[in-house]
Amino acid sequence: MPSYQLSHLRALEAEAIDILREMAAERERPALLFSGGKDSIVLLHLSLKAFRPARLPYPLLHVDTGHNFPETIEFRDRKVAELGERLIVGSVQRSIDEGRVAEERGPRASRNRLQTTTLLDTIAEHGFDACIGGARRDEERARAKERIFSHRDEFGQWDPKNQRPELWSLYNGRLRRGEHFRVFPLSNWTELDVWQYVKQEGIELPDLYFARRRQVFRRDGMLYSPAPFIPLLPGESVFEETVRFRTIGDMTCTGAVKSDATDLDMVIAEVASARVTERGATRADDKFSEAAMEDRKKEGYF
Amino acid sequence: MGEIVDTSKGIHRGIEEGRDLLRFITCGSVDDGKSTLIGRLQYDTKTIFEDQLEHVEDVSRRRGNERTDLALLTDGLRAEREQGITIDVAYRYFSTPHRKFIMADAPGHIQYTRNMVTGASTANLAIILVDARKGMVEQSRRHAFIASLLGIPHLVFAVNKMDLVDYDEAVFDRIRAEFTNWAAKLQVRDVVFVPISALNGDNVVEKSAKMPWYRGTPLLYHLETVHIASDRNLIDVRFPVQWVIRPQSAEHPDYRGYAGTVAGGILKPGDDVVALPSGFTSKIARIETADGPLDEAFPPMAVVVHLADEIDVSRGDMLCRPNNQPIVGQDLDAMICWMVDRPLRARGRYALKHTTRWVRGMVTELQYRLDVNTLHRDEAAESLGLNDIGRVRLRTTSPIFYDAYARNRTTGSFILADEVTNETVAAGMLLSPGQ
Repeated sequence: MPSYQLSHLRALEAEAIDILREMAAERERPALLFSGGKDSIVLLHLSLKAFRPARLPYPLLHVDTGHNFPETIEFRDRKVAELGERLIVGSVQRSIDEGRVAEERGPRASRNRLQTTTLLDTIAEHGFDACIGGARRDEERARAKERIFSHRDEFGQWDPKNQRPELWSLYNGRLRRGEHFRVFPLSNWTELDVWQYVKQEGIELPDLYFARRRQVFRRDGMLYSPAPFIPLLPGESVFEETVRFRTIGDMTCTGAVKSDATDLDMVIAEVASARVTERGATRADDKFSEAAMEDRKKEGYF
Repeated sequence: MGEIVDTSKGIHRGIEEGRDLLRFITCGSVDDGKSTLIGRLQYDTKTIFEDQLEHVEDVSRRRGNERTDLALLTDGLRAEREQGITIDVAYRYFSTPHRKFIMADAPGHIQYTRNMVTGASTANLAIILVDARKGMVEQSRRHAFIASLLGIPHLVFAVNKMDLVDYDEAVFDRIRAEFTNWAAKLQVRDVVFVPISALNGDNVVEKSAKMPWYRGTPLLYHLETVHIASDRNLIDVRFPVQWVIRPQSAEHPDYRGYAGTVAGGILKPGDDVVALPSGFTSKIARIETADGPLDEAFPPMAVVVHLADEIDVSRGDMLCRPNNQPIVGQDLDAMICWMVDRPLRARGRYALKHTTRWVRGMVTELQYRLDVNTLHRDEAAESLGLNDIGRVRLRTTSPIFYDAYARNRTTGSFILADEVTNETVAAGMLLSPGQ
């Protein structure tokens, strides 16, 4: 007697595909936020499963800080070419050149926060009314309360105290002009689910996710990749270490972790036994204050 | 576990990797030890990370609390931490080798009904916390009623703080008897009572040596093994069409697939189907996913259905079996929960979403407002306010294809949205005509 039960990965996959199709049907101009990180790569994979053999009903949108890992950009461009899908790039450099934002100064300058303006400008320029993102509720405290169809007002702001209730799988995709949604199909996935799914589906990821001998320097207890745009402080020096990245964001704020996990199985074993969250381990941007993520999200961050 | 149909990409009839998914909701207030229980479940399943624990210890210390306040783990927003209250439903995750769990944690006091209804809408199981010293209080009955209204098939009463009543069997028995008498009115199939001490971990993960009189299983074991496969309706075939895949490319000039999520029953190639509202009939030619063809599809699988004939089917239509069709109607009877400050008034017009279809609807009659504490029906009520539950009659501009909520939670549910602000204002559960 068959049990007619899906595995947890199949159930999460079905939910994500349902969300993607519902969003495409309810909104006129969606876009998929594609950073070249594992969560957005999984979203791209799920999108193909939801809509093939037709083309995706939305373009990919990348906000390029100009400070990305070169591997990320290479991976992005190759994937887009392979799939024949559309890519739109919002450039933080252009936002700086046009005076929309001012570059931070000093050795700890980061363009992470500047991305919000570029993202909102790009959304407005193209008239996007729904941006699909890879955020998960297990990532961070403020995100645990995020809706799957998360409403943004005409200023791109999130109002966490006044969110629309979300019932069953009946998503309310109604908007007024100028407002938009952030849609999070991976809301109910954990970091481990993502990795197990990557393995089940044989999804290709950038090499940065696997442990290799890499050049790093230490700052505030974290390991970073050296780059021309990150000046070293007195006492800091570059050395070689076997590391991998648990998240891939802007180079100025994405730390590496020491690891021996050179392949997928080893990464899964490592993640399964990890005792620190992935953002806690590798993201300096969440460490500024108790509510760093909440504040950035209210402004319109990813 | 089950046998394998298609080994190519892990589409199994049974459970691959031995793990499935259970969604549950925890109901209770901080005073009942809910946060402690959640913290205990997450901690004992090694789900709380060191940086999260450090953070909570740090904040507890700064506030001058003697004990690490595990409630801080669930209070994600700045305002919640500042005011020491929980504002919104939070979703938490943990897993064991047997199951992955999605836990909706609804706050105890503020906007309770709205939040609990939201969390309960997707839950297979509800844990209702009861303080052993206080027994069944008004709040416990309210929780049980909402769980039953939302069609949650499994209820667990976690009788907490047994350590404070000397692990006394008589206390536990009295609480169980109290509830069993009252619960005869509710429609819940499966009710279980577990005596626990969340603080000391008794009967949470491990069976407690202090309560040898308790013959049941610890709470986590129950969560891991409760039978959820029969919770879905596998009888009535219901396939709301969500999206039509039409590549119109050189490679696929005539491809036309109906994408959607199975809402009920088991679909098989060769089955006769009827499309609603058109009434045209055809056969299922094949069922596909990106991983290849399937020989059956069941809820909640997301699939693409191909029909043998070219009939006109679009988003919002529903495929079902000719000899087992849903109710088709535009005069609807429903229980609704009102979710915004601006009250519902009779003759109010709203946008109504049911499966993949939006229609316009008008509330033609408020039959009664229900007191969730006493279950008293106030038939003189003229409006529903925030957190109120009532029975209404609605008229829609075009028919919807539905089942009673008690028969199918997907085809029996709807939401109402304000046509101006677009906010979701109500959650609705459909009744069959004459029910």
